[in-house]
Amino acid sequence: MADRDMKRPAPGARGPRRRGHGGGRGAAMMPGEKAKDFKGTMKTLSVYLKPHALKLVIVLVCAVASTLFNIVSPAILGLATDKVVEGIRGSGVDYHALLMILGVLLALYGLSLLFGVLQGWIMAGVSQKVIYTLRDEMSKKLNRLPLKYFDGTTHGELQSRMVNDIETVNQALSTSLTQMITSFVTLVGILIMMIRISFLMTLAALLVIPASMLVIRVVVAKSQGHFKRQQEYLGHVNGHVEEMYGGHDVIRAFNQEEMTIEQFEEFNDRLCESGWKSQFLSGLMMPMTMFIGNLAFVMVCLLGGYFAIIGRISIGDIQAFIQYVRSFNQPITQVANIVNLLQSTAAAAERIFELIEEEEELDPAVDQEPAKAGPAQAGEAKTGPAQAEEAQAENGAAHAVRGEVCFDHVSFGYEEDAPVIHDFSFTAYPGQSIAIVGPTGAGKTTIVKLMMRFYELNSGRILVDGKDIREYSRQELRQMFGMVLQDTWLHSGTVRENIRYGRMDASDREVENAAKAAHIDFFIRTQPKGYDLEINEEANNISAGQKQLLTIARAILSDSPIMILDEATSSVDTRTEQQIQNAMDRLMKGRTSFVIAHRLSTIKGADHILVMDHGDIVEQGSHEELLARDGFYAKLYNSQFVE
Amino acid sequence: MRYILSYYRNYIPFMFLIMAFLFGQAMCELALPGYMSDIINNGIVKGDLAYVKGMGSIMIAVSAAAMICAIGGVFFASWSAARIARNIRSALFRKVMAFSAAEMDRFQTASLITRSTNDIQMVQQTTIMFLRMAMFAPIMGIGAVYKALHTSVSLSWTVGVALGVIICIMGIAFFAVLPKFKVLQSKLDRLNLIMKERLAGILVIRAFTTERQEEHRFDEANLDLTGINIFINRAMSFLMPSLMFVMNAISVLIVWAGAHLIEADKLLIGDMLAYLQYAMHVIMSFLFVTAMFILLPRAIVSAQRISEVLGTELSIRDPDQPLQLPETEESSEQAGPANARGLVEFRHAGFAYPDAENNALTDIDFNAEPGQVTAIIGGTGSGKSTLIQLIPRFYDVTEGQVLVDGVDVRSVSQHDLREKIGLVPQKGTLFSGTIASNLRYGDEKADEADLVRAAEIAQAMEFIEKKEAGFEEPVAQGGTNVSGGQKQRLSIARALVKKPEIYIFDDSFSALDFTTDKALRAALKKAAGGSTIIIVAQRINTILDADQIIVLDEGRIVGKGNHRELMASCRVYQEIARSQLSDEELARYGAGQSAGASESFGERGRSDGRS
Repeated sequence: MADRDMKRPAPGARGPRRRGHGGGRGAAMMPGEKAKDFKGTMKTLSVYLKPHALKLVIVLVCAVASTLFNIVSPAILGLATDKVVEGIRGSGVDYHALLMILGVLLALYGLSLLFGVLQGWIMAGVSQKVIYTLRDEMSKKLNRLPLKYFDGTTHGELQSRMVNDIETVNQALSTSLTQMITSFVTLVGILIMMIRISFLMTLAALLVIPASMLVIRVVVAKSQGHFKRQQEYLGHVNGHVEEMYGGHDVIRAFNQEEMTIEQFEEFNDRLCESGWKSQFLSGLMMPMTMFIGNLAFVMVCLLGGYFAIIGRISIGDIQAFIQYVRSFNQPITQVANIVNLLQSTAAAAERIFELIEEEEELDPAVDQEPAKAGPAQAGEAKTGPAQAEEAQAENGAAHAVRGEVCFDHVSFGYEEDAPVIHDFSFTAYPGQSIAIVGPTGAGKTTIVKLMMRFYELNSGRILVDGKDIREYSRQELRQMFGMVLQDTWLHSGTVRENIRYGRMDASDREVENAAKAAHIDFFIRTQPKGYDLEINEEANNISAGQKQLLTIARAILSDSPIMILDEATSSVDTRTEQQIQNAMDRLMKGRTSFVIAHRLSTIKGADHILVMDHGDIVEQGSHEELLARDGFYAKLYNSQFVE
Repeated sequence: MRYILSYYRNYIPFMFLIMAFLFGQAMCELALPGYMSDIINNGIVKGDLAYVKGMGSIMIAVSAAAMICAIGGVFFASWSAARIARNIRSALFRKVMAFSAAEMDRFQTASLITRSTNDIQMVQQTTIMFLRMAMFAPIMGIGAVYKALHTSVSLSWTVGVALGVIICIMGIAFFAVLPKFKVLQSKLDRLNLIMKERLAGILVIRAFTTERQEEHRFDEANLDLTGINIFINRAMSFLMPSLMFVMNAISVLIVWAGAHLIEADKLLIGDMLAYLQYAMHVIMSFLFVTAMFILLPRAIVSAQRISEVLGTELSIRDPDQPLQLPETEESSEQAGPANARGLVEFRHAGFAYPDAENNALTDIDFNAEPGQVTAIIGGTGSGKSTLIQLIPRFYDVTEGQVLVDGVDVRSVSQHDLREKIGLVPQKGTLFSGTIASNLRYGDEKADEADLVRAAEIAQAMEFIEKKEAGFEEPVAQGGTNVSGGQKQRLSIARALVKKPEIYIFDDSFSALDFTTDKALRAALKKAAGGSTIIIVAQRINTILDADQIIVLDEGRIVGKGNHRELMASCRVYQEIARSQLSDEELARYGAGQSAGASESFGERGRSDGRS
């Protein structure tokens, strides 16, 4: 995981992109990412679009119609001009005919507007629904991925998929897709209309296209390097800022401000250099293509003038042709970008699908559940009568658990070929307390993770009440365990909601009783809104100790027959620590408990001690036995308490 | 805003230059329809091909001039915008580096990071936009209006109608849709928050089998977001087609009205076509300016957030004429113990955070002497960390004095003061680089032997040796590839490399196991024997053998003495001890072993602390 961290670009290099309508030109300049399997990804994406096939056809029809009406109109406007020209040359303007032509024109514009809006309206619905489905599947996927997956993937990476990649696909679906269609139709349509007026003039105008393309290609090639470098140095600058602000006190304490600033200036200068060059180069594109467009315009005028003089075309035709030439450039650049756009969309979509298709935890029992899944989801917030019954039944089952945990020749390694636990056997009898001790980094939580089946064993079995944990559904299994970890995770929401997390169907009274048992009831009641106090985003409106107590209340409420506790309570003041200890002691009473122990009294009071070092269980036994053995535990114990 | 605008001042000449280029570009571009009109009026209608050719070459020349002007404008715009952004960025970074802890508290690190990254980028982008487009649009717009009026005054009402309709459309969009963008952002934030929480709490969620609740919570946010997204996208799907329609309809109007004028001989046919183009220029410029107004508020907010930082008065500054701290090994002339090296004195020091009602520290009075270990213990919020931050002047006392080697810390330069101090902060902050580069933070000139010595004392050698590249092992940003305990040991080693006269350990042993903690302290005492050592601790084991223990409670000293003395006299200390040590241990340290322990403590046994 550390390795992966290092390879990731500095934060900011791929920061969340803000949404904006109409893609910037800058995006087109970026070297495009490429999908590994373009075809496959597009195929998968089309599966998501399939349910909306009918709507997509309508969108397609609307887009084409709207574009076509737009394309025809310059020619009709040309007709109107001709009418006027005829008027001056001849016997006055035929206002009736002119009105007719202009009326038709206005109607066409109106239709174009109508279809344009209709297309956008429908597409907005389709694209957002597809995006919703993608998000939803990713969300559900998170709960089915084995924990191992998260060891190898940083949170940032996952979030980037859920935010940035989704946004890219969203943009592509909601605007780029139809733009692609309209650009293409426009291009073909204009071409036909131009040829209809004059083939030679069209040829002259088209001569410009290779020139434009060349300019675009050269500019893009030149600026791409600068853009890349700009992104890179932006990453460096932002990374440096983040790092140095984070270590502000250390820098000040070690008088390193000057060195830090020096380094920053170096990054900053390079960013500035690559920044202005890339900006300049990309800024070149517009004036240059405009010039080329003007060249075409003059050529059209020359040729058109000649044809008009010899009477092959009318002035209205010239006017229409000029309009066509003018509107030819934009779709060309758009079509030129399509490849890039499709590539980056495919790359983003591929990362999303990779996650969605990631291998899931095997759980035979889950397959029998789908029938229950629907109502459960809807009814959880407010317990319906049927729901309550079901929960009751589940609880009943949980209470019958005796809480015997047996490790039977267990071997395990986070990496398949590097086992850390070798052939470990041991039985915790109901009601016993088991202490897990060892130096920092000895892997004390590994055993916990194995019991709750967060990881699969390499070999051997773990039995709870005599039944292999693989024969329980994960839900059944995990409901037998309650847990208080050192990392006091709470979610944003009220205090009450957070405690109720232990058992979703608990009544308010039960929640409050649990809080009382955890010595936190008094504190909660002193808060502005009591149990309805919102824990904010950073959860910094309550102290670390109180958080710990809340997690204990949560575990108390879960009333699970087996408890897992982590005693480490750093940065908590002594009085709170005392309360936490009392609450934990109470929690352990009458249950099988596994304690990652730091307190001597817990260790000595434990029925059984598992001593860990370097991920392996090196010794086990009672305090006296282990001391008598004079091994690792004895050393640990003595170094701690004897000079 | 004042502060940020000053960074634009130096580039005003360039802005005028850019403006000149843009003006040239606009004039050239606006001339083109005129030539076209002439070509039609005088060339095509009259059948004069030579005239068409002549005007055609002029048109090419003019459009080439337009291109050159545009390129010139782009050149100076990119050049200045990048430099302005660089200067602001640099100023902001330097400013933050000069901040004291008080200012860091005020702004919060996360917010300062956003200000230095996203906000600056926002400002930079807007600057480029402004220099390249926003300045161009009004020039172009005004020029086009002038040209249009020049071509035909009687047609001008058509442009007026178009602008009126566009203002209506934009007005509706502005009031109906724009507020929804804010809602959209908050919904998006909510979704991301839930996502973040789920990732952070994955163990807990699975342990409590509340996956369904989490999915439900996410789904609610997802539905919300989808709803608002559909609304905005649908509303926006009206915008572009409507604007297109207005522009098209206006050309129909111009042709209709133009036809009458042409027949009355008030207008030439070519002029009508030119007028069509001018009208489009006016409308486009107007749309550009409007778009700018939508973007501007966000940029202004960013600019204000940056200005706020730049305009902050530093609360801690070096004195105008800093005193020199007594040099190492030289006997000092100041009052106080002779040959003081690293003596830290608190004289009735008090401290209150800005805007705080109560003091965080009150009447702190003690000496930490060279060659001794002074420990500070107390509950959370008792002011331990605040107290030691007064020594390197991260904060300034609000009452009393803090002296180092007999000199008030406020009367020497911060640089000189901090040269004497080796601080090990609570969280082991490491920087990206290598293990060696991190250790050399303490002393750039330290050689390999120095590093090894420091690493050995800090008990870090054991794991450094196991690394493939040893001292050259890369450290990732934020030290993410190093464990918590390793980080702490490395940051202790860093302070040791500095060989300071005063060591300050701010709860620096908390991530270490007891064995390592003990070995480290023993080695430290041996190696840094002559220095003043100040240790803030949560664990009582860490400080049992300190020469002097200061017990803090609610910002006041409630006990001073060694362990044995405090066990006898200080109630708060007893409470702490009882909560952490078993009876047996208490007995061993309190009475049983006190005879042995007091040998090492004995010499410097201090008088009992005042409670």
